[in-house]
Order: sequence, then structure tokens, then C-alpha cells
Amino acid sequence: MTAAEETVILQGHIIDSLILAKVLDTILMMGGTFDLSDVQIGTTRQEASRATLVVRAASPALLAEILTAIQPHGASVARETDCTVEPVRTAGVLPDGFYATTHLPTHVRLQGHWCEVQAIEMDLGIRFDPSKVSARAIPMTDARPGDLIVTGRDGIRVLPLQRPPERDVFSFMEAQVSSERPHGPIIADIARRMRTLREAGGTQGKVLLAGGPAIIHSGGRDALTWLIEAGFVHVLFCGNALAAHDMEAHMFGTSLGYGLSAGHTVPHGHEHHLRTINRIRAIGSIEQAVASGAITQGIMAACVRQKVQVVMAGTIRDDGPLPGVITDSVRAQAAMRAALPGVKLALLVASTLHAIATGNLLPATVPTVCVDVNPAVPTKLADRGSFQAVGLVMDAASFLRDLTRELGGKI
Amino acid sequence: MSRLLVCPPDYFGIEYEINPWMRVSNTADLKRARLQWYALMQELEHQIGATLERMDPIASLPDMVFTANAGVLYGLCAVPSRFRHPERQREERYFEQWFRTHGYDVTLLEEGLYFEGAGDLLGFPDIWFGGYRQRTDIRAYPRLSEIFNREIIPLELVNPRFYHLDTCFCPLSGGELLYYPPAFDPYAQTVLSDRIAKDRQMIVPEAEALRFACNAVCIGRHVVLPDGCPDTMKQLEERGYHVHPVPLDEFMKAGGSAKCLTLALE
Repeated sequence: MTAAEETVILQGHIIDSLILAKVLDTILMMGGTFDLSDVQIGTTRQEASRATLVVRAASPALLAEILTAIQPHGASVARETDCTVEPVRTAGVLPDGFYATTHLPTHVRLQGHWCEVQAIEMDLGIRFDPSKVSARAIPMTDARPGDLIVTGRDGIRVLPLQRPPERDVFSFMEAQVSSERPHGPIIADIARRMRTLREAGGTQGKVLLAGGPAIIHSGGRDALTWLIEAGFVHVLFCGNALAAHDMEAHMFGTSLGYGLSAGHTVPHGHEHHLRTINRIRAIGSIEQAVASGAITQGIMAACVRQKVQVVMAGTIRDDGPLPGVITDSVRAQAAMRAALPGVKLALLVASTLHAIATGNLLPATVPTVCVDVNPAVPTKLADRGSFQAVGLVMDAASFLRDLTRELGGKI
Repeated sequence: MSRLLVCPPDYFGIEYEINPWMRVSNTADLKRARLQWYALMQELEHQIGATLERMDPIASLPDMVFTANAGVLYGLCAVPSRFRHPERQREERYFEQWFRTHGYDVTLLEEGLYFEGAGDLLGFPDIWFGGYRQRTDIRAYPRLSEIFNREIIPLELVNPRFYHLDTCFCPLSGGELLYYPPAFDPYAQTVLSDRIAKDRQMIVPEAEALRFACNAVCIGRHVVLPDGCPDTMKQLEERGYHVHPVPLDEFMKAGGSAKCLTLALE
């Protein structure tokens, strides 16, 4: 994050007079940077132009020097006002005109001070807490009568994403999706970040994996199990299916009835996942199934042993579901949201639904990888605003195996 | 013919120092100043045929003689000056009053938005230029541009000796520009050399710029300028202007010359 910034406005015949050029040159020569956030060019020779620029400097002192130098050329600091707030009248309903967030770092001006919005996420409202002079992004379902919600656009700053210090695949900060890019260097960069986070022992953040059942179908189960057992994954988001097929593989050696080692369907295999779910429901929970020895291998067993935080969100087509699957989607969203603080790397693997749901919840500052054999998934994720996600068009099992090898796993 | 607003130098003198030319110790010779002023008026009125509107001088306002700083006029619209220095702010109400009693629609700029009239705002029929940084605040120009519906290009003045645009910049009736480039910052110099065709640029040498050769009054093909500027006179004559040199050194003690002593009313 930049140490100091200020929005300034320059107006008049600033283009032909080279006044704008002079102001921009002055900012750069003094060691500052700028973003031209808005330029309105006069449509006739008589009509004035207007430029809005955000000036940034490494320190408040340098920023003050720059502002002093550009003010004689007409650059005036934009009049700063507090953001406006309105109370919630009906539970679960934001006031009309509420400010809808982006997933970029956002500051609001409250009682004369700029403060960062906590738990930023796209498509939420911002709740102002006057007792602490703080602000937090909240979904509309969390709005309670009397809550003060930020409305309009005054007193709100959305900061562009700063380029991370690491020079790796995430430093491009753009969702490139191509099946023709070499995967090796991207996977090596992901592995490097995972190793750094594991070595820090949780002090620098957690790795989240959101995955679909194709991980099991395609043969990525052993690799993901190793990654979890080795302490590289700390939060797992999945649905009923990933857990059900993982445990089906342990109990029956199949995934959706398909023999994982035999390579063909087995008789009555289509019942296996139902019998698995039924067995776990009888035991009471996945944790008890692992504790009792009914399940000893695979992804879910590794999660229980490694105390990985698992959020299972259900869907309308689920069988069972397994105990622990949250079938109320608003509650599921809240549980996923609660697991996000501290996540510093997100791997979204082979799941359209969970990848997009997770992408919607993540701040843009979290490096994100979306792996899917179908290019439509990372494209869809980018189209819905998660522009920071790096898209990898490849099969889930290949990705997880390559990643495991890169991290020293022998599978 | 042209109408000019002038103010007799009855109370002229160097009573304070608000530009590098002024030295209180360098007293003005009032008798000589009067003679020089009347000689200038004679030239304007009788040789060139301008109509002069004389306003009443006010005691203790020695710089009211410099009517170029009264404000700026276009048609019947007048915007009186907002002087930067308190010494001259006391003149504002008298100039405003003159505009009102002579039928102008007066628009006042907000207080603190410094603008020193036709001393800093000059131009050609299609484009106006505004000097800033020394006296006028650049922020006045977007407002003036709106009031007059004109394009106004701000030019930064970098030498305190050339504290008003009219001390170093004089647009002529034939479209030529008489000016002294070093008085401007490099951006303004670039703008001027881009906007004014090369064959219309008339560069004044330093020695004559320092005698305020650019502080000239151009009426039709006549140009009145301070004496002692032979190079500038030659350039003007070569382009077919009738040149009228006038001794105005008493007013140079206050940092003004021919142009500063007049305000074009048309």
C-alpha cells in the first residue's frame, strides 16, 4: 500500500496550455506517481477541460511537497467530505442508494478520517460503526434495523491493486486464460508461495483449496491427500460430492461407481456413493467416521487428522447429504466467509460452482488460481470480476500431481 | 475609434514596494511624471485619434494611474480586478464604481481569487492568454473563460521583473506577437511557439524588454511604446506599423509604462 495519496482537480484550458502536462511532469520529477482517474475534455475551444488525478507518494511529507509544487498551477485538492450513511429500516434490506462494494481495498471517510473497510468483498454494503469509527463490508442478509449503511459515492476511495513485491505469475494481476501457456512455471510459482506459507507456520497466512468431485474422478485424490497431510492446505471448501466420492473411494475403491484402479464401471457401482453417504449418516459425522476407523485414508481423513477447516456447501441435486453439509446457501456463504480471514492463496480446482462462489468472496488482494479442464470456468470467474485470478486450463489430477511433485511429494 | 480609460497621475508616487522595480528611496518626480503622462495622452488623442475617458484620481492611491489593472472588459461585461497586494486592493471599489456608472454589467470574482485585469489577460480576437504565478491566480481563468465564453490559455510568468503579462507580451492588430520569451516558463514558451506562427513572432531583445518595450499600446496600425527601444521600433516599422516612442521613465520607477497607463474600453 502506498503511504500517502490525495485526489486533486485541475480545470480550465489545461490541455493546449500544457498545464496538465506540466503538473504530471512535476509529480513524476519529484518522485510521486499519479492516476488520471477522470479527464473531461471540453467539446469546443471555449469549453474548459477538467482532470481528476490521484497523486501518490512514498511518505506524507513528500506528498505535501508535491501538492505545494502543483497548487500554483491550479491543482486543487478535491474537497473531501465524509461518506453519507442511512439507517437500515427492515432486517435484511439495505437502504436504497447503498454503496455496492468492489473486491478492491476500499477506504471511507468517517468523521473526518479515512479508514479501511474491513472484510472487503465484492457486491456487499458497508456498515459504519460510530462507536469504533470503523466500517465493515456486510451482505444484505446481515443488515439489522438501525445499522448505518454507507450510501452514495462521496467520501469513498477504491484503491487500485498494488503490484506484489514477488516477481511471479501473480504479479501480472490479470486473468489470462489460455490452454496454450506452459503450466510448469505457473505451478512452480504456486508451489513457491505454498512452501513459504507453510514454513511460516501459519503466521503469514493460509492456503485455501476449493474443489469439485472431478479431483476424485480424474485421479487427483492421492495428490491432494498428500498436500493436506504435508500441511500445505489449511482450508477446504467443497460440496457433498467431493467428500462422498473421496470416502466412496476408500470404502469401495470406486468414484461414482467407476473402479479407480480397474478403469471400468463395476456392478452396482452407481449405488456406492449412496451407501457411503448412508454409512456416514449412520455414524453421525465425518469426524467420528475417521475417529472410529471407518475412514482411514483419503482427503477427508487427512483433513480431520490435520485439523483442516472444512466448509461443505450443499446444492439442490445432492444425495443425502452427508452430515456437516450446509444446505442453507445463505448459511453456507456465511460459513465460507468466516473461514476466509488469513487466506493468502486460493486454489480453485475443478468446480464451477465453488470456484465462482469463492471468487465472489475473496478480496482482490488474495492471489488466486483457477484450474479447470474447461476454459469457460476461469473465463467466467474473470467475467464476474475476479480479475486477479490466474487461469490454468488443465485436468485437476495433472495439476495436483505436478504441484505435489514440485513440493517434494512422491506419488 | 478606440476608447481608452485613463487616470491622471495627480497622486502618483512610490509609496510602497510591491515589485522589483519599486524603491521607496527612488522617489518619482511628480512634475516630470505629469509631463510624461500628458505627452502620452497627447500622442494617443491627437496623433492616433483615440477617445480618452478620464477617471478621477484618488488621494493616497498612487497606482490608480495604471488603469490597465482596473479589470477586464468585453462588450458591456466587466470583471473588476482582485489585487494580490493589499496596497492596491483599495483601488478595487473605485474601478468597480466607474464600470457600474458607465453602464457595464459587472461580475465580481470571489474574494481571494487574485486577478489583475488587462495587465494579465490579453489576446487576439480568437484566443486569449492569461499570465499567472506572479500576480493572478491561475484559478481565475476557468471562471473568466466561463464569463466571457473564450478560450484562455494560462502562461506561467517566471521572472518577478515581468510580473504582469503586459510587461512581456503584446498582441498586435495584424496578428503578430511582440514578446520576450525568457519571461515565461519552458511550457509557456512551447505553447506560444506552437500557437503563434513563426513569421508572426516578434522577439524583443533583453535590454529593450527591461525598458518595457512590450508594454506598448497598439491601436490599428499605430503602436505607442516607451522610448529607448530602437530594435523593437525597427521590427515594428518593417511590418508597417507607425511607431510612437514616448518617454515614460518616471512610471518605470513603479514598474509600469504605456500599456499599464491605459485600459482599452472596446
